[in-house]
Amino acid sequence: MTDVHIGTDRPTPAEAAAVDGVVDATIGPVVVRRSERLVLGGSARRNERRHLLLPALHALQRTAGWISPGGINHLADVLGVPPAEAYGVATFYDLFVTEDPGHERDVLHVCVDAACQIAGSAEVIAGLAGGGEIVRESPCLGQCERPVAQFLQGRGKADAVPVDIADGGPPAPLVPQAGDPRLRLLSRVGTVDPTELSAYVNSGGYKALAKAFTLGPDGVIDEIDASGLMGRGGAAFPTAVKWRAVAGEAGTKHVVVNADESEPGTFKDRILMENDPFAVIEAATIAGFATGASNGWIYIRGEYPLATERLAAAIDQAREAGFLGERIARSSFTFDLEIRRGAGAYICGEETALFNSLEGFRGEPRQKPPFPTTNGLFHQPTVINNPETLANVLDIVTGGGAAFASVGTEGSTGTKLFCLSGRVAKPGLYEVPFGATLGELLDLAGGAVGHLRAVLLGGAAGSFVGPDQLDLPLTFEGSRAAGLSLGSGVVMAFDAGDDLTAVVTRIAEFFRHESCGQCVPCRVGTIRQHELLAAGGTGWGNGSNGSSVTPVALLDEMDRAMKDASICGLGHTASTAVRSAIDLGLIEGLNP
Amino acid sequence: MFGAGGGTSSYEEIHEADVILLWGSNAREAHPIFFHHLMKGLDNGARMYCVDPRRTASAKFADVWLGLSVGTDIALANAVGRHIIANGWHDRDFIAHSTTGFDTYAAVVEPYTLDRAESITGVPASAIAELAEAYATAGKAQILWTLGITEHHNAVDNVVALCNLALLTGHVGRWGSGLVPLRGQNNVQGGGDMGALPDRLPGFQDVADPAARARFEAAWGAPVPPEPGLHLTLMFEAMETGALRAVYCIGENPADSEPDVAHARKLLTDLDLLVVQDIVLTRTAELADVVLPASVAWAEAEGTVTSSERRVQRVRAAVPPPSGARDDIEILADLANRLDGGWGKPTAEDLWEELRSLSPVHRGMTWSRLEAAGGLQWPCPTEDHPGSPFLHGWLWADDLDGRDPAPFSPVEHAGPAEELTDAFPLRLTTGRALDSFNTGVQSGGLDSPIRYGDALDVSPADATQLGIGDGERVRVVSPRGAVEMAVRVQAELPTGLTFTTFHFPELVDVNVLTNDAWDKRSGTAEFKAASIRIEKLDEVEVEVEAEGPVAARKPA
Repeated sequence: MTDVHIGTDRPTPAEAAAVDGVVDATIGPVVVRRSERLVLGGSARRNERRHLLLPALHALQRTAGWISPGGINHLADVLGVPPAEAYGVATFYDLFVTEDPGHERDVLHVCVDAACQIAGSAEVIAGLAGGGEIVRESPCLGQCERPVAQFLQGRGKADAVPVDIADGGPPAPLVPQAGDPRLRLLSRVGTVDPTELSAYVNSGGYKALAKAFTLGPDGVIDEIDASGLMGRGGAAFPTAVKWRAVAGEAGTKHVVVNADESEPGTFKDRILMENDPFAVIEAATIAGFATGASNGWIYIRGEYPLATERLAAAIDQAREAGFLGERIARSSFTFDLEIRRGAGAYICGEETALFNSLEGFRGEPRQKPPFPTTNGLFHQPTVINNPETLANVLDIVTGGGAAFASVGTEGSTGTKLFCLSGRVAKPGLYEVPFGATLGELLDLAGGAVGHLRAVLLGGAAGSFVGPDQLDLPLTFEGSRAAGLSLGSGVVMAFDAGDDLTAVVTRIAEFFRHESCGQCVPCRVGTIRQHELLAAGGTGWGNGSNGSSVTPVALLDEMDRAMKDASICGLGHTASTAVRSAIDLGLIEGLNP
Repeated sequence: MFGAGGGTSSYEEIHEADVILLWGSNAREAHPIFFHHLMKGLDNGARMYCVDPRRTASAKFADVWLGLSVGTDIALANAVGRHIIANGWHDRDFIAHSTTGFDTYAAVVEPYTLDRAESITGVPASAIAELAEAYATAGKAQILWTLGITEHHNAVDNVVALCNLALLTGHVGRWGSGLVPLRGQNNVQGGGDMGALPDRLPGFQDVADPAARARFEAAWGAPVPPEPGLHLTLMFEAMETGALRAVYCIGENPADSEPDVAHARKLLTDLDLLVVQDIVLTRTAELADVVLPASVAWAEAEGTVTSSERRVQRVRAAVPPPSGARDDIEILADLANRLDGGWGKPTAEDLWEELRSLSPVHRGMTWSRLEAAGGLQWPCPTEDHPGSPFLHGWLWADDLDGRDPAPFSPVEHAGPAEELTDAFPLRLTTGRALDSFNTGVQSGGLDSPIRYGDALDVSPADATQLGIGDGERVRVVSPRGAVEMAVRVQAELPTGLTFTTFHFPELVDVNVLTNDAWDKRSGTAEFKAASIRIEKLDEVEVEVEAEGPVAARKPA
């Protein structure tokens, strides 16, 4: 019987088994053949299983080392997704290979973004040549505290970070403050076994959920409101406003943990999830309780295998102990969590792009409004927060919103995680109350190494600041007053010997690579920006092609176009770091 | 049904249905636009049960596919009805208020137990029971069907068996529930609207109704015969007896599409006069004495079309027809003028105004309203009437709007006219493919990457038993004739069933095989059920000079 969509390529038995395994393990067989005259199932419910596309693509990639046409056809047939669409989704992600690689080896991804770049990623890559693995340059892998970062994409075996699977298991987290009793978010990191629910409970775990049950959903949100908690992903949106909006919606609702931490220089959520996974789970459960959502999802970046593994194990233990599933802790509240792995796409950290990705579409951001609180995951009301934001909820619920608000400043309450990397003595994850200055934070990390030339604040989407800014208070209002953003808490130091022209050019290349291409100004602008920087400020402008427009004026014009006409933050911030570097005179040949 | 010639429901109602029975229809390929509406319903959560001998592309979208034996639809429908009654799921209030003949119906379906239905249809009893419960207990349920129901010798009985289920459960005459025969061709509904039916005047008015006839006679200034005319099948019988000697054929290609087509071609050739008006030179036109080249109704002509949901919409000429081709209205008016009809030069709007003046269901649809509203659904009796999304709302009115209640029409299972025999042990059924349209007149000239070709689908078990392989050319023989075609082994096909399309008459004359037994009431032949056998072709190696060995084939 003809069908519009299935081509003639067939899967290998292993590919078919990989896809079927994902489907059978989640929703059961799609088609049940009772007899020659009776078949149950088919494509009718295809929209309800489209979200299995990403896991199925992961299964294919892992099984065969690439996503073959036969594999796509099988997946398309089983999930009822047109193969052209499945192919379009597969090609969206860096970790999926859609052309026959012609080898059967593992692929070693080596980070070439700023922190690793100045730590010598080029030399590391040259040294790995001729080894057992195929080596590929990679955007930031979220291990900036221990450069040069690597990620091993296995063939027929699980993906892994090489240092995590070395003899002796994962190394201790680089949290120099570990054990300090003043820590709130990092209180268990490095001191409590993250693989045991009992250890979590013995260290105060699940007290917050119990308290939440006594406060009731409105009570929880009132405490969050009183705490002044704002989102830690960069946009600093009041968490209580989000939660209250979702609580006021009817029908099926979702809690999504945005663990697609991909901002170059950021590794805070990774360390949190690897070392205190139950805290993220408990906080997500409270979010579900407060907003009346029963469906929880953790969308975690594909390059975080250890965090994924620990979260998965923690979810299993929590479910077994009755902390997830139906009637949690003998209450009437039902909530469960499912993990979805990303596959190498910075843009999927944008909340609406994440929804699309999780639903099995290309991870392209959606127009807002409508906002996630009404039209989030599966276009249903959704709370979406990152792990750090959620981790704050535990303290707020247990100790009260007012107590939380007493820490930090009036406009920025509580503590903040900062990811220190680059030229500092003790790179790692730090927790300080809002209000500490940039200089104090650097001192906490043992001070700058060498002669401090600049600090990248907030990540690739943030700004460079000079050594004259060490008094900058690290608060939302303080950074805003200085025309800056704390972003995701990146503090990356560079010394006078670092090739900042190369660093900034690489940042431009990063955006060129990560632009989803949906909005033309961003798609074209990020390319032109990178071309201009890669050419050393020549080629475009500078009068060399007869134009009297200076390269900086040209960059500014592209920046305006991207800010005006891109629908998401990527286009809005793709020029910010570049422009700030020019202002500081960090780029050779480009002056303000 | 219940006297009206159209589907009861709007597309939008399909979007909102809770349960959809897709019965004898491969809409995904044959009615792809309608199927989009159906998919919206599925996406909104509707459960679909597909009743079809084949697990078609449409059936793959069903929650449950029930693969009944060809021609056993009534047995299945009656068993569904019996099971509904036995469980008390029928709508007693609706039945008492709006229908007649329930007791007789209940008595007739009583012998159709689930077990008996299973033995007749081949569908497991449990699946029949599940379908019955789902349909009867749904808030909103739709029954959709096409030629799998109507291309049988007992087509009307098949339709009535489905209508009985709607009456039994009250799934008709209200928003969301209904009975929808999908229309096979663009504007086939519009043809019915305009009276292109042997027993109907425009607006589905009965030619036997003297009052209706009188209105038309007054408007036309000519007597209207009270007897129904001939439908296509009767016309061929009349050609056979010599009663019909001249045929004026507009936009139809019977020389390819009729069952037992070799015989049909001979009858067409033997006519005293055959006039064919068409947009291309069809095989029928090749046999004609006079060919009148017509413009394309889509894009080259002004007028209206009516969709499956009874929505009359304006169509407009976007480009002039090629030189020599003329608008259908122009051709017909010219002909009438030469026959001293004095029609003048009517425009599409003139004709519409005439229709409006004579057809109560269209009366409220002024030309300007059609333009402004982007289409209106009949019945639309007055100019302030918004049109009717669904039919038969009167069934739910306290006084039934003064009408008689709708009668149950009990029917008995009767199987295909042509039973399988030792000489012809396989069932052949025919259907359509997505990228082809009817006899290929309009689609055959276009390339398609999914062209079906002239293949005969055979189940793996039958292929093994006959010792034939995928792609092998075979001789297919029915009691009426034989053709050569390639076999395609089709894993989804039940044992004993074969299938092919009729889109490629230039490659293989499938309708040489099909049965011209037909339903006296609908005029439709039993394209869906012929009996055949498959013969292997002998292959012998012969030397052909300069080209090496090739396989030469001769019939066994």
